[in-house]
Amino acid sequence: MAFLIELWQFLRERKKFWLLPILIMMVVFGGLIVLSQGSAVAPFIYTLF
Amino acid sequence: MRILGISALYHDSACALVVDGTVVAAAQEERFSRKKHDAGFPEHAIAYCLAEAGIQLNDVDHVVFYDKPFLKFERLLETYVSFAPKGFTSFKAAMPVWLKEKLFQKDLLSRELKRFANDFDWLNKLLFAEHHLSHAASAFFPSPFEDAAVLTMDGVGEWTTTSLAMGSGNRLEIHKELHFPHSLGLLYSAFTYYTGFKVNSGEYKLMGLAPYGEPKYTKLILDNLVDLKEDGSFRLDQSYFDYCTGLTMTNDRFAALFGQPVRRADKDQLTQFHMDIAASIQEVTEIIVSKLCRGIKAETGAKNLCLAGGVALNCVANGKILRQGIFDNIWIQPAAGDAGGALGAALAGYHLFKGQPRQVAGNGKDSMKGSYLGPVFEQADIEARLTQAGARFSVLGEDEVIAATAQALADEKAVGWMQGRMEFGPRALGGRSILGDPRSPSMQKTLNLKVKYRESFRPFAPSVLREDVAEWFDLDGDSPYMLLVAPVAEKHRRVMTEDENKLFGIDKLNVPRSSLPAITHVDYSARVQTIHADTNPRYHALISAFKGLTGCGVVVNTSFNVRGEPIVCTPEDAFRCFMGSEIEVLVVGNCFLKKEEQDEGLKLDYKNAFELD
Repeated sequence: MAFLIELWQFLRERKKFWLLPILIMMVVFGGLIVLSQGSAVAPFIYTLF
Repeated sequence: MRILGISALYHDSACALVVDGTVVAAAQEERFSRKKHDAGFPEHAIAYCLAEAGIQLNDVDHVVFYDKPFLKFERLLETYVSFAPKGFTSFKAAMPVWLKEKLFQKDLLSRELKRFANDFDWLNKLLFAEHHLSHAASAFFPSPFEDAAVLTMDGVGEWTTTSLAMGSGNRLEIHKELHFPHSLGLLYSAFTYYTGFKVNSGEYKLMGLAPYGEPKYTKLILDNLVDLKEDGSFRLDQSYFDYCTGLTMTNDRFAALFGQPVRRADKDQLTQFHMDIAASIQEVTEIIVSKLCRGIKAETGAKNLCLAGGVALNCVANGKILRQGIFDNIWIQPAAGDAGGALGAALAGYHLFKGQPRQVAGNGKDSMKGSYLGPVFEQADIEARLTQAGARFSVLGEDEVIAATAQALADEKAVGWMQGRMEFGPRALGGRSILGDPRSPSMQKTLNLKVKYRESFRPFAPSVLREDVAEWFDLDGDSPYMLLVAPVAEKHRRVMTEDENKLFGIDKLNVPRSSLPAITHVDYSARVQTIHADTNPRYHALISAFKGLTGCGVVVNTSFNVRGEPIVCTPEDAFRCFMGSEIEVLVVGNCFLKKEEQDEGLKLDYKNAFELD
């Protein structure tokens, strides 16, 4: 819960509410990917850094 | 007030402890875990920092993390949105890591910190500093300057890839930023990838390769890849790169531009083409950094410049900036990479978040204590540890150990030298070093191929007595952290014959270029470290003794490790590396070890012990 509150505060602070629907879609979509595979080992992708 | 800074979870995890504004301890996790560039939570480094100060985690006022994870996630999402539907492969690979771990970094950090103190009040004590603010703080607060402009350049932090900050007293403000994906660090890394080296660690190799080539592709790079403005700001044409959406740094269009595919490290030889590419990207880097510096000077009029971020480890570019004389003084954070972010986060916490005053060291000195901020081992402890490891050694007096080591160096032996506190940052500065005689024509090859097990083209750096630096190099200032490249003095150079001048690429390596061939690179340059009696008296005494024997106040200094291994930390690490390589003499504290006296059965195969970097 604390995490969601902080995320909300972050979106307010950054005025990035437009990210919210994308975020929800991505979390749902990403969640499916996470559920469909077990590994969370960081691959080498620069967007991660 | 005690502030603990942490950098972790991406690469080069580290911890630093600042007590009342003084840097008390700092160390990288890789030195303890023995995993190069260890990205894990730095539990050993934290334990060491707390032990060094004799305190518990509960005694710490704040813990500051060097990065803001939500901001980074925002960049990640916006990047995927702007490139969609391209980038699905990357998205698919990135999401599990973020949704399972990275997005919940605060929880992860508080959970890990609770292992040190279960009742640690992380809600009020855990703070976050932006990545480039951490870099800027690590560059400005320990610097010898009351006021300075601060330039940070790296791959990418949250959004920022390059920033200009202005520091004054205990204040530091970011003035301008360049944002992802336009990054000098990523541009350099793209060429590291293209030439077949490992991104995030092979950048040194590319820099070392550059003097063997001609910068034939500079114009091609500037005309196609980089839109460089007069003030040094730039944009990268993303149609040549793949790092925003794919799993590689560059794409087919990039390879087509230069006319060759990406080099496969395990199959393809390094050719003159790769050397020319290395020389070209090095020149482009120097042009960009130089323009950035001139832009900053014109805009701010600052006399002093501080540098940090991974690009500030490009000592060739640093040396050129210094010689251009744009600023009166330049100071570079020795741990300029992400490990130094831990120190910057702690200092930002102390001065910026808590508003505590700053005391400049004075006399032109910085507050890094020579970067000797890691663990030290007492003589009795060293003897006990070496005995336990099965080492055969003699214990010498203070003067004897210096004399015996200097003699071993003069006899052209490769000497492992472990003394005092371990260095913080990627360079060995005479605390955990392998030393050699720079006058020996075969020393570079011997050290590279038999001791370090790495590519023969890679250059070695000299440690020179501060008072002798102008005698040997075209440099008359301090370079205590080996972050400046300077030419070998004209009078010590050897003029090439016509035939020698016709040699290309690696063949140039076999021709001695000066009276110090082991440390003179093919372009007559050297990555100089000046040795100061006040920060490392023992190392200073050793080089002075070597000078007494040979007339030469310079030694070869390379990090005490083999290729792919983190630099040694403990006497046991040093002994293992000694037994696994062809180091002939090991000196730990006052313990003196000769290879021929050791138990043959303890010899190790270090050649293949570590994953190549």
